[in-house]
Amino acid sequence: MARDSDDAGAAKASKAKRQRKKKPKENKTRTVHANILYDNAKGEENPNRHYVNNKIKTTKYTLLSFLPKNLFEQFHRFANVYFVFIALLNFVPVVNAFQPELALAPVVFILSVTAIKDLWEDYRRHRSDKEINHMDCLVYSRLEKRYMEKYWKEVRVGDFIRLRCNEILPADVLLLSSSDPDRLCHIETATLDGETNLKQRQVVRSFYDLDCEFDPLKYNSIIECEKPNNDLNRFRGYIIHRSGRRDALSKDNLLLRGCTIRNTEEAVGIVIYAGHETKAMLNNNGPRYKRSKLERQMNVDVFWCVIILLVMCLFTAVGHGLWMFQYGDKRPVFDVLSPDGRDLSPIMSAIYLFLTMIIVFQVLIPISLFVSIEIVKICQVYFIHQDLDLYDEETDSHLQCRALNITEDLGQMQYIFSDKTGTLTENKMVFRRCTVAGVEYSHDANARRIAMYQEMDSEEEECMSHGGTLPRRDSVTSYQSAHVVLRSHSTKSHRRTGSRAEAKRASILSKHTAFSSPMEKDVTPDPQLLDKVNECSSQMDFMRLHRQPMSQLTSDLADIIDFFIALTICNTVVVSSPNQPRHKVRMRFELKSPVKTIEDFIKRFTPSRLTSGSNSSSSSSLNRSSNRGCSSLLSSPSADSTLTKLNEEQFSGSLEHTFSAVPPSYDGKTSSNLEEGELRYEAESPDEAALVYAARAYKCSLVERLPDQVTVELPHLGKLNFELLHTLGFDSTRKRMSVVVRHPLTDQITVYTKGADSVIMDLIKPPDTGSSKGKRKKKIVCRTQNYLNLYAADGLRTLCIARKVLSKEEYACWLQHHLQAETAIQGREELLFESALRLETNLHLLGATGIEDRLQDGVPETIASLRKAGLQIWVLTGDKQETAVNIAYACKLLDPEEEILTLNADSQEACALLLEESLHYIQAKFLCSSGDQTTNAFHSNFAPVETYPFSSSHISPFSVHRLGLVIDGRTLAYALDKSLEDKFLAVARSCRSVLCCRSTPLQKSMVVKLVRNKLKVMTLAIGDGANDVSMIQVADVGVGISGQEGMQAVMASDFALPRFRYLQKLLLVHGHWCYSRLANMILYFFYKNAMFVSLIFWYQFYCGFSGSAMVDQWYLIFFNLMFSAFPQLITGTLDKDVSAETLQRLPQLYMSGQNSEEYKPYMFWMNMIDAFYQSLACFFIPYFAYADSDVDLFTWGTPITTIALLTILVQLGIETKTWTWVNWLSIAFSVALFFTVALCYNASCPTCYSPSNPYWTMQKLLQDPLFYLLCTITPIAALLPRYFYRACQGTLFPNPVRVGRQLDKLPADTRRNILGLSRVTVGSPLRAEPPFLSLNKLSPESWNNKDQRSIAGSKTSQAKQAAASQTEEKGQISPPARMEKHFSDLFPLAPSELDALPYTKNDPPLPGTPQPPSAKDSECFRRTLQLSDQSVNVSTPLVSQTDSIQLNLAPDRASECVRFRRSSETGLRPDGTVQPACRTAQQEEQSLHTAL
Amino acid sequence: MMASSYNAKDEDGHHSGSVSHGGAGTAKSKKPDNTAFKQQRLPAWQPILTAGTVLPAFFVIGLIFIPIGIGLYVTSNNIKEFEIDYTGVNVDSPCYTCANNFSWNSTTSCSCTVNFTLEQPFENNVYMYYGLSNFYQNHRRYVKSRDDRQLNGDATALKDPSNDCEPYRKIGVETIAPCGAIANSLFNDSLELYYVEPSGALNAVPLAKKGIAWWTDRNVKFRNPAGVDLPTAFKGTAKPVNWRKPVYELDPSDPDNNGFINEDFIVWMRTAALPTFRKLYRIIHKNQSSTSTLPSGRYVLNITYNYPVLSFDGRKRMILSTISWMGGKNPFLGIAYITVGSICFFLGVVLLIIHHKYDTRSNSADIPN
Repeated sequence: MARDSDDAGAAKASKAKRQRKKKPKENKTRTVHANILYDNAKGEENPNRHYVNNKIKTTKYTLLSFLPKNLFEQFHRFANVYFVFIALLNFVPVVNAFQPELALAPVVFILSVTAIKDLWEDYRRHRSDKEINHMDCLVYSRLEKRYMEKYWKEVRVGDFIRLRCNEILPADVLLLSSSDPDRLCHIETATLDGETNLKQRQVVRSFYDLDCEFDPLKYNSIIECEKPNNDLNRFRGYIIHRSGRRDALSKDNLLLRGCTIRNTEEAVGIVIYAGHETKAMLNNNGPRYKRSKLERQMNVDVFWCVIILLVMCLFTAVGHGLWMFQYGDKRPVFDVLSPDGRDLSPIMSAIYLFLTMIIVFQVLIPISLFVSIEIVKICQVYFIHQDLDLYDEETDSHLQCRALNITEDLGQMQYIFSDKTGTLTENKMVFRRCTVAGVEYSHDANARRIAMYQEMDSEEEECMSHGGTLPRRDSVTSYQSAHVVLRSHSTKSHRRTGSRAEAKRASILSKHTAFSSPMEKDVTPDPQLLDKVNECSSQMDFMRLHRQPMSQLTSDLADIIDFFIALTICNTVVVSSPNQPRHKVRMRFELKSPVKTIEDFIKRFTPSRLTSGSNSSSSSSLNRSSNRGCSSLLSSPSADSTLTKLNEEQFSGSLEHTFSAVPPSYDGKTSSNLEEGELRYEAESPDEAALVYAARAYKCSLVERLPDQVTVELPHLGKLNFELLHTLGFDSTRKRMSVVVRHPLTDQITVYTKGADSVIMDLIKPPDTGSSKGKRKKKIVCRTQNYLNLYAADGLRTLCIARKVLSKEEYACWLQHHLQAETAIQGREELLFESALRLETNLHLLGATGIEDRLQDGVPETIASLRKAGLQIWVLTGDKQETAVNIAYACKLLDPEEEILTLNADSQEACALLLEESLHYIQAKFLCSSGDQTTNAFHSNFAPVETYPFSSSHISPFSVHRLGLVIDGRTLAYALDKSLEDKFLAVARSCRSVLCCRSTPLQKSMVVKLVRNKLKVMTLAIGDGANDVSMIQVADVGVGISGQEGMQAVMASDFALPRFRYLQKLLLVHGHWCYSRLANMILYFFYKNAMFVSLIFWYQFYCGFSGSAMVDQWYLIFFNLMFSAFPQLITGTLDKDVSAETLQRLPQLYMSGQNSEEYKPYMFWMNMIDAFYQSLACFFIPYFAYADSDVDLFTWGTPITTIALLTILVQLGIETKTWTWVNWLSIAFSVALFFTVALCYNASCPTCYSPSNPYWTMQKLLQDPLFYLLCTITPIAALLPRYFYRACQGTLFPNPVRVGRQLDKLPADTRRNILGLSRVTVGSPLRAEPPFLSLNKLSPESWNNKDQRSIAGSKTSQAKQAAASQTEEKGQISPPARMEKHFSDLFPLAPSELDALPYTKNDPPLPGTPQPPSAKDSECFRRTLQLSDQSVNVSTPLVSQTDSIQLNLAPDRASECVRFRRSSETGLRPDGTVQPACRTAQQEEQSLHTAL
Repeated sequence: MMASSYNAKDEDGHHSGSVSHGGAGTAKSKKPDNTAFKQQRLPAWQPILTAGTVLPAFFVIGLIFIPIGIGLYVTSNNIKEFEIDYTGVNVDSPCYTCANNFSWNSTTSCSCTVNFTLEQPFENNVYMYYGLSNFYQNHRRYVKSRDDRQLNGDATALKDPSNDCEPYRKIGVETIAPCGAIANSLFNDSLELYYVEPSGALNAVPLAKKGIAWWTDRNVKFRNPAGVDLPTAFKGTAKPVNWRKPVYELDPSDPDNNGFINEDFIVWMRTAALPTFRKLYRIIHKNQSSTSTLPSGRYVLNITYNYPVLSFDGRKRMILSTISWMGGKNPFLGIAYITVGSICFFLGVVLLIIHHKYDTRSNSADIPN
C-alpha cells in the first residue's frame, strides 16, 4: 500500500488490488491513527498518508488517456486489428485497392462509434462520481475544535466523522460513539445488500462506557485492522489504547460506506477505509461480459468466411498470374507497368494481387457485424427492461439485465438449476403448526386463515376483473373463467402477501419493514395450546406470588412456557413501532407514565425483572453510571466486568426476590393492551419473524431487544427481562443459533437453542432410560421426531427448539474459554465456533415448529411450461430431503405418478453401487423393455422432455423417463467425485427431475459445472441468496431473484428478476425473440456480405483478375455501414416471429432455440450458396444487358450496386416476419439514402474521387429506362428461389414456429379458444374432473403389456379404457372436445407417441401403433410440433400408482446391502386428496440384495 | 447517490439513488410505460409465406413480365445493326498487311479499305461505333492511370500530374499531357465511310464527330488548360508515348474539338466496363430528305490502321447501329423478362398444386368453428 496519497486518488480499485497482490510481503494489517494528532505535522509524518483518500473515481479514462487507452482496449478485439491491418495495407502502393484515406473510413467509423459510446458512459460515471464526491459530511477539525462540513472527497483515513440520522456514510467508519443510550447505531444496508431491515452496530467496547460526548481530542488509540477486502460480513482488528490494552473489533463496530444511519441521532466514528478501499466499492464490479453460444457459433462461421475469403483471393491471384502469363513478353497496352516502371513478373503480380484482393474482399468479414450485434443487444436489453410483464409493482422493480451481451442465450437454455427457498418459494414464512413436549398442536384455525387469505385474494381479483383494469392472472382458474380477459397489460396481481390491497397498503405503510405481511403476522393460536399457555403462566404467576420455586411446575407446562420464551428470544429480531418506523420503541418507565413519583416508587419496590423497567441489568447500569464522569478513561475489560456482574447479580437477584411484593399484573396488562399490534419485528431471516409473531399470538410477545437484555411480555406474568448473556449467531455449518440468558423467574442461566432438526436431535441429551422421566423424555423425542417427519412431509420447514440449563460453574468455565475466543484475533471465527459447539450439547428438547414457506405465485405453472419448453429443471437446495421433496411435489416438479430414485449413501463405494444399481434399474425398466414403452404412453400430461444427443456422451443418447431423482448432499459429494460423475450424470440425465437436497453452495456450483461441461448444454442457474452465488456464476446464464435475501445473488447474476414466475416470459418470450432475432440477423449479415462481395468476384473473370471493381469504392465501403445497415438493425431489434402470447401458451416453441434451429451450421452454407446464386443473378443480368455496348465501368457498376441493394433489402423483407411502420420506414430510408447519397456524390465534384470519377453517372442512369428495367427484373430473378423455397417450406414442412405464427393470425378469440383449451387440459391434473383420454393413438393391446410386474396394472388399464371410451363419446358431443380433435388432426404427433419412442426423436413409429390415414401427408405434419400434448391426450388420473424406488444404503446395517424396494408413498401427496384405491397390490416389496 | 449508483454501467439510469433521499413517497415508480412501442405491440403486418399466400404474387409477376419481355424483344429486334471486323487476322482480309506490319512505334500510317453491303436501309440517326475485343480497359491499374484534374484543365496538375499516371507521367522533365495509360493507349484508327453509288462513284457519308461524348464530360469534366491558344497552353508538356501528334493537334480543324475536349479522346477516356466493348465513333445524322440515312447498298470503309491489337489477340470492329429508347440492339433483356415471367408463372402453377394438395387442409383446420 505504499503509495503516494496524491497518486492514490487517481488510482482505481482494480489497481489497488493489483498492487496488493504484487506486494504480499507487506504487513497484513492496516494501522490507523487519528489524523488530528498529526494535523500540525507535515504530510509525510502522518502515518495515514499512504491510504487512499475518499475521493472516488470510477471513470476509466482521463481526457489525456482516453484516446490511447480506448484504442488499446478496442484493439483487444481481434476483428478491429484485422480491419486496421487491412486499412493500413491500403497505404502500400503496390497493393492498394482504394484510396488509402477512404479505406480507413469504416475502421475509423466503427472505432469512433465505440469510442463515443465509451466516452458517454465514462462521462456519466464521471458525473455521478462528482456528485458523490461533493456530498457533505461533518469532519472534526483540530484547528476549529469542532466538526466542519467537508466534501466527501476530502475525508481521509483517520478522520473523525460525525454522522446524523438519515445521513449516508461516506466511508467505512469505526463507530466510536453514539447518542443512543445503549451505544448502538442503527444502519440500513439496503443499498449494499438489499436487506431492508435495520442492523445494529455497536460502539467499540472500550468506548462503550464513555458517557459524555466523545471528544476526538482525547482519542489517542491506534487501530490495527485487516487490509481492505470485499467481504461485507467480516471485519477484524483491534484497537490499542495508550494504556497498552487491546480491544477486539468486529463487523459489529464497523459502519459501511453507502449505508444510511437510522434511529440514531448522532454517531461519531473514525474512518478506517476510504474511497476505493471501502467494502462497498470493492464489492462493486460492473457488468460481466460473457460470450453467448450464438456468438461462439458465429465465430466459427466468421472463421469460415476467412477461409472463403482466402480461397477467393487465392483463386483471383492465380487467375491473374495466368492471365499475365498468356501475354508472355508482348505486353498489352492496357497492362500498365508498376509505378516505378518495372515490369512485374506474373508471379509477383499474383502475389501483390492476393493482398489487393484481401482489401477488396474485406467486406466479406463483416466489419459492421460486431457493432451491429452490440447495438441490437442493447436495444433488446432495453425492451426487456421495458416489459410491463416483468415489472413487479409490489417491489417497484423490474428485470435488470446486468450482462448486456447474452440476451440470446436466454433462448437456448436446456437446463435450469434452481434454488428452492426464496426462488421457488416466497421466503415468507408462515407459522403453521408446532409440537411441544411431544404433543402436536395442529393449528387448524390457522390453516383456515391462510386459506382464507388466498380466497379473499382471488375474490378481489374477480372483482377487479369486472372493473376497468382487467388484471391478468396466472393462476389456473383464471383461464377457466370466461370473463377474464387474458391479454391485458394492466397490472398483475400478486397473491403472495395475502390480499393485494392489503399488500399494497402494507408496503406503503412500512416500506422498510420486511417480512410483515398480515398473513405472517396474524397467527391464529391453537385453542388447546393457548389454554395451556394461559394455565401455565397463571400457575407461574401464582408460584411467583407465593415464592415457590419455579421448578415445581410440571415439566409439561414448563416446557410449554420455555418453548415460547425460546421462540421469542432465541433470535436477533429488532422491535420497532410502525408509526415511527425507524424509531426503536423504548419503554423507559419514566417516559411512559405521567405519574412519575408513584412509578418511581413501584419501580423501587417491585422485583425489577417483572416490571417494564430495565432493572435486570441494574448492576451493570450502575456500573456504567459510576463511570460516567466524562472521562476518557476506559472501563475495565469487559470480561472481568461480566464476571463480576455475574456475581453481583446473583446477589442482587436474590435480594430483589425478597422484595417482590407488589403484583405486577396491573402494569403488564395495560401496557400489553397498548402495545399489542403496534410492535413491528424486523428480523434478519423471515423464519425468525414468523416464530416471533407466532409466539405473540400466544401472548408471549417480544417487547424490546437491547444488546444485553430482552424484554418479553407473558400473560399474567407481565414483562420479563431476560439478561442476554450471549448470542451465538446462526451459521450454516452449525445450523442452529443459541442465546444464553439469565432466566428471570428461575434465575438460572439458560441456553435456548433453535436449529435444524437433524442437528438438534443429535445434540439432545440421551435420556436416562432407567427413570420414568427419562422414558418420558425418550417418548417425547420419539414423538417429536415423528411429527417432524410429518411436517416435512407436508413441506413445512422444521425447526427444533431446545433448552439447556447451566450451572454457574459450568457457565463460568465456558465463559472463560468463550471470552478468550472472542478476543482472539487470529482464527477468531474458528474459536468462536468451537466455543459454540461446547455450549450446545446435552440439550433438552422442548418442541418443534413447522413453518410454511409458501410457493411463489405461479411457480407450478411456470415449471410446467418451462418443462414443456424442453427445459430440464433441477432443484438444488440446502433444505432437508423431506421438505425439498414436498416442495417439489407442490410446485409440480415431481409428479405423483413418477417413480422416485432416492440416493442416500454414506460412503464412496456405497454411492458407486447405488448409482450402478440405479443405472441398471433404469436400463431394465426403460431400455430393455421398449415393448412396453406404452407404460409411459399415458403419462402425458406433460410434454415429453427429450434430451438431445450429446457429443461428449459415450452412452447412447438418453431420453428422459418419468423418473425423479432425489439425492442428498452427502451422496452428492461422493457422486461428484471424478470416478463417479459420469455415472451420476447418466442416471441424472435420464430422470425427468432432479432434486439435490442439503447441498452446499460449492456443491451447487459443482453440479452446474459438471452438467455444463460434460453434457455440453446451456445451463441457467437461478437463486436468490448468497449461497447461490457460486452456482449463478458458473452457469451460462445466472439469474438472481431480487427478493428478500439481499443482493449478493443479484450482484453476481446476469439477469435479476423480481419473481421466479417472470422466468417464463423472460425465457419463453424474450429469450426466444432475442435468439431468433439475432440468429437471423447474423445469418443475414453473412448472406449480405457474401452476396455483395461475390459480385466483385465474378467481375474478376472479366477484368483479367486484376482486382478491379465495378462498384465505386465509396459504395463498396459505405454499403455495409450506411445503405444496408438500418433495416437489419430494426429487424434485429423488433422482429417477432411469434407473438408473446402464443409463445407463452405453446412453450414447445422454445425448443427451436434449444436446438439452435434458427442458426444451424448448414444454414450458413445455405445462405452462402443463396448469396452466390443471387450475386450471379445480380451480376449477369446487367452483364448481358450491357454486353458489347458502350457502357463505361462505373455506369455499369452503379446499377449493379443499386440492384444488389434492392435485392438485399427485399431479401430482408422475405425474412422479416413482422412488418411494423418502423420496418417500412427503415427500408424506405435505406433506399432513399442510397439514391440521395449517390446523387449528391455524383454531382459534387467533376474531378475528384479518382479513379471512378462518377460525375453525373447516377443522374444519367436515372434517365435511362434500361436502368429501371434492370432494377425490376434482377431482384425478382435473384430472390425467386428463396421466395419459392420459403413458400414451400411454409406449406410442406412448417416448423413449429410457423404453426405458432399461423395461430397468431387467427382472430383473437378463436386463438384464445384454442390456446385456452390447451391450457385448461394441461392444468387438468389439478382438477378433480375425470381426465380426458383418447384412444386414437393407442392401440388397445398396448394397455395389456403395461407394466407386467404390476398385478393391478390390467385392472387400472381397464378402468382407464372405460374412462377413455367415455371421453371419446364425450368428444363427439361436446364442442370443445371436437375442437381438440380438430387440433389434434392438425398436429397429429401426440406426445403419447413420442413418449413411446423415447430413444431417438425420429424413430419410426412403433409397429403396434396404428397409423392415421394418409400416412404421407401426416408424416409431414408429424414432424411439426408436438403442439397438442395438451389437447388430445390424456392426463393420467391421480389414481395411478406412486412408485418409488428407495435405494437406501445404510452402512450400519449388519447385512450391508442395497435395498431395492418399490413402495408406494402414501405420505408424500402434496395435498393428500385422493387416496388411490388400487395400489395395495403394489405395496409388496421387491428386494434385491446385492453384496457390497 | 449511493452504492448502487457507483455501479459503472447502470443500464437505464432508473435505479440509481432512488432509495436514498426521497423515501417512499417521492420515489418515482420504475414502472415501464405501457406504450405499444415499448411493449413491442406495434401494429404489424405479419405475412406468412405459404403456397397459398405467395401464389398470387407469382402469377402477377408472370403476367406483368411476359408482356414487357415481348415488348422489349420486339423493340430490340427492330433495331438495325451492322458489324464488320476489320482487324485483319485472316490472310484474305484487306487489313491483313496493315495488321501484321504495324506496331506502336511505326511512324507511317497504313491504310486499308473494307467493302461491305447493307442489305437493309438504316433509318433515323445511325451511330457508328468502333468495337474492341479482348481489350481490358477495366484493368485495375489501367483504370487508375489518369489524372482528372489535369484533364479538367488544372494548370498545376498539367505540370505536375498525380502519381496515378505513373509510369506515363513524365518523359524526362516534361510532363505528359494527357498523362496516364488510358490516354496513352488512345484508339487512333480513323474510319471513313463511303457510299458506293450505283454508278460506282464513292459518296462520302457525312460523319458528325461531335455530340458523341456525354454532355457533362465535354463541358464540365474535360477542359483545356488556359492559354492564348492550345499550343501555348500545352507548352512544356510532352505527348504521350504512343501518340504521334500532341494533344492540341487531335483535331486541328475544329478548335472546339481539340485538346482535352476532343470528343474522341473523351469517349476513350470513359473506360469500358467489359473487355469486349464498343465506343461511339461518329453519328450519321438523319438527312432532311425523306431518303433513309444509310440506304441499302454497297459501302466502302476506309481505315487508317494505326492501332495494333493482334499482340494481345484483340479484335477491332466497326459497327453501324440505330438505337431505340432502350439503347442499342440487345435482345437479352426481352428474353430475360419473358423467361423470368414464364418461370414465375410455372412456379405459380406448382404452388397452386401444392396449395391444393397440402395447404387447404391446414387452412381450414386453422379456423375451427
